[in-house]
Amino acid sequence: MGEENVMSDDILVIAEHDGSNVVDVTFEMLSAARELAKDSGGKVLAAMAGGAALAGSLGAFDRVYLIDDPAVSNYSPEAFEKAFTHVVRDVDPGLVLTSTSTMGLDLAGGLSVAWPAPLVSYVVGLGREGDDVVATSQIYGGKLLAEVVVDSPHAICALIAGSFSGQPSPEAGSPDVETVSLEGIGPSRTSALAVHEPDSGGVDITAADILVSVGRGIGSKENLEIIEELAEALGAPLAASRPVTDQGWLSKPHQVGKSGKKVKPRAYLAFGISGAPEHLEGMRDSELIIACNTDPDAPIFDVAHYGTTVDLFDLVPELTECIQA
Amino acid sequence: MVLLKQLPDLVEELEPSPDGTDIDREFIKFILNEFDDQALEEALVTKESSGAEVIVVALDEPEVDQVLYTALAKGADRAVKLTGVPAGTWVPTHLRAAILAPFVRELAPDLVLTGVQSAEDLDGQLASLLGGYLDLPHAAVVVGLEVKDSIARVVQELGSGRSVEEQITLPAVLGIQAASQAPRYAPISKIRQAMQAGGLEELEAPAPVDSADIAIAQVRIRRLYAPEKSTHAEMLTGDPGEVATRIAEILRSKGLVKA
Ligand SMILES: Cc1cc2nc3c(=O)[nH]c(=O)nc-3n(C[C@H](O)[C@H](O)[C@H](O)COP(=O)(O)OP(=O)(O)OC[C@H]3O[C@@H](n4cnc5c(N)ncnc54)[C@H](O)[C@@H]3O)c2cc1C
Repeated sequence: MGEENVMSDDILVIAEHDGSNVVDVTFEMLSAARELAKDSGGKVLAAMAGGAALAGSLGAFDRVYLIDDPAVSNYSPEAFEKAFTHVVRDVDPGLVLTSTSTMGLDLAGGLSVAWPAPLVSYVVGLGREGDDVVATSQIYGGKLLAEVVVDSPHAICALIAGSFSGQPSPEAGSPDVETVSLEGIGPSRTSALAVHEPDSGGVDITAADILVSVGRGIGSKENLEIIEELAEALGAPLAASRPVTDQGWLSKPHQVGKSGKKVKPRAYLAFGISGAPEHLEGMRDSELIIACNTDPDAPIFDVAHYGTTVDLFDLVPELTECIQA
Repeated sequence: MVLLKQLPDLVEELEPSPDGTDIDREFIKFILNEFDDQALEEALVTKESSGAEVIVVALDEPEVDQVLYTALAKGADRAVKLTGVPAGTWVPTHLRAAILAPFVRELAPDLVLTGVQSAEDLDGQLASLLGGYLDLPHAAVVVGLEVKDSIARVVQELGSGRSVEEQITLPAVLGIQAASQAPRYAPISKIRQAMQAGGLEELEAPAPVDSADIAIAQVRIRRLYAPEKSTHAEMLTGDPGEVATRIAEILRSKGLVKA
């Protein structure tokens, strides 16, 4: 344990995997951590639960704590939280980085209480001023940024995927892996029954050149008709934001974003979509983005190349006509 | 038990307050956090299938009475407003959890449901923090729930279309992403009826659990600002016909329109 109120320079990244690959956000957290540790000379460590076969791709970390135990062979929020809390307490880093994925949302609060350490969520920027961590968070669906100062020997930051650049570095060599056992962690009230892989049926929106995407602004399932006509005129599949698929107006395979598909078409047309971070995560890399939203402050306009505040109900039929002409 | 929270309506213009550490809350509209609405729906569905009693709980926040009465009109059995909490400012989620924890402990419900996240969760999400303070199992991004005896079968989305199904021994705290059906509407007449019948319980909020103080104090907002629009879209103006023509031109120039 370091001195009272002075943050250790070491940073522990909670690595994520989906059973077959280490998830990209892990490398984004790695590069954010490296940047922070540049001046201090702190070490950048990783902790991963399960996925022993994937540890080899974490060679760019100074050390990997691999929790290899039947309790974490499938995802279980309780077992993972106990396991990571155990590692964090043991390693005692200054800063823990996790993401706002399901695992991150499950872990961060519980760890904040148990460790204990303050927590900053929705983080899109990270810096250090003296001993303080300064995090920038995206709140109100991306409408505002908050600059937060954490004056504490320990802190946890939950990063939004896609906010930091970072890629796997296969040339990094084999990592220094320490296997952690979970003896004495105690029984869990949560048991994983099954992991369901994505169903591949229905449309494939990831292969299309152009996508016509619709959000809650469409108002109802009946109103979808005008959007369908436009999509047909363009020969484009329909895509959607989460509320549209949650309401059952379109089926799940149409959904773009964090819990849906990541798409990168040559053109993405967004109608009545606000541009929440979870949606942007799935489409911000599209070559051309054109957004229609009656709210001039909608965050979608920050990633779009062209935008308009014309009402979609006025615009869409006109556009269909122009395309058909 | 369903925990509800009011949020500024994100369709409105949000401005930092003069000291730059909170938003200007004076003239904005507040609405129920959309994920809390999903949590309420899931609780009502659970009530219908297993005969549970549904208690909705909210801190005393702007326009919250309306939300609680609406919940009663939709079928909740009890509605509780906790008073004596910080008003008119941002309430850190740690503080919210620390206030709710002793209350939840006292009422000891089998299941606590709340929205997976809110747009103000700068310092973390409620389900996980509350689970932490109460030492209860918890799960976020829940899209499926079935309760039988004292066991909940829960489906959590893991992202990119993957999900995990698990079994949790109750009590537990769940952060609901989506209910099994779209949230129901309560007709205005029923909401009015609920309001006339009263039945909103106002209770003094318990003292927050101590350990919360530390964590809350250490997260300080220094500055709140609108993102710089360095990469803002080029806005197409004019009447719908003109804008449509421009968009069609742009798509044509990219070779994306076949005809
Ligand atoms: C764990 C998690 C995962 C998530 N995953 C995803 C995901 O994969 N994909 C996703 O999309 N979301 C996801 N979300 C939800 C996300 O937070 C937002 O709630 C969602 O993206 C909002 O969808 P929207 O933009 O369609 O709706 P809203 O935010 O309600 O926006 C509707 C917009 O339509 C505009 N509008 C209204 N009427 C008109 C009109 N007539 N003409 C033009 N514009 C109009 C409004 O100005 C508004 O900006 C996730 C959330 C969580 C917590």
